[in-house]
Amino acid sequence: MRTFVRGLGQLFVTAGLIIVLFTVYELYGTGFATSRAQAGLARDLRQRWQQPVPARPPGAAGPIDPVQIGTGLAVLRIPRFGKDWIKVVIEGVSLSDLRDGPGHYPGSALPGAVGNFAVAGHRASHGNGFLRMNEMRGGDAVVVETRDAWFTYRVISTEVVDPTDTAVIAPVPDRPGVVPTQRMITLTTCDPWYSATHRLIVHGVLESAIAKSAGRPPAVLTS
Amino acid sequence: MYGWIWRRLPGGLPGKIIGSLLLIAAVVAVLFLYVFPWVEPRLPITDVTVGSLGAP
Repeated sequence: MRTFVRGLGQLFVTAGLIIVLFTVYELYGTGFATSRAQAGLARDLRQRWQQPVPARPPGAAGPIDPVQIGTGLAVLRIPRFGKDWIKVVIEGVSLSDLRDGPGHYPGSALPGAVGNFAVAGHRASHGNGFLRMNEMRGGDAVVVETRDAWFTYRVISTEVVDPTDTAVIAPVPDRPGVVPTQRMITLTTCDPWYSATHRLIVHGVLESAIAKSAGRPPAVLTS
Repeated sequence: MYGWIWRRLPGGLPGKIIGSLLLIAAVVAVLFLYVFPWVEPRLPITDVTVGSLGAP
């Protein structure tokens, strides 16, 4: 009996330790793989941007070309998160895409285009990229770098919605079916932190587009 | 269980300590490299997308 109880006790202690280890893995362990992936993506993206622009099919819309799922699309900077907060946005929002960094909802507008440039990112785990998304306030800058341009968006609203609320990433946020005229950005992440019962949503509108040849936008001058 | 392992580790006290550390390291490595990456997508704690466009 005593042996059985002792064995049971050790089993519980072991289970508890494994759960603690799992949170350590989620919060920090996954970050190592993500930062490695981000470094590789950044290298690939810079390399691709160095190469001559591929010929565009006539009539191709949008300021930049779409890319393959899983490859880098643009570089995201959020000055509120610090000047070192620089993330490569990947095309795609599957779990495997988001392991490597914030992901662009395929089919939503491209950076700088009319419509809604929608990006999802992990708040906890995998680098904790969007960890401090709850600190975003109206007027905060969200800067998107593409091959040729810097797009500076300004936050206009934040909201917490149900996971099923796809209207937040509609071309006109929260008004699905309406034809867009504005250039918007929407960031989605989980809420509350380390839970997935809701989504925290940050909307912004394009403030300025600066050609790279004209220098950096004021919001990232310091970085 | 732990007593059983401890008694079977060779090499006196230093050997037992070294052996224990190696076993702990091995278990942690297996958990981090194989078990946790397998478990994670099966838990609903890391969903950050809205609707059917994203992952479940």
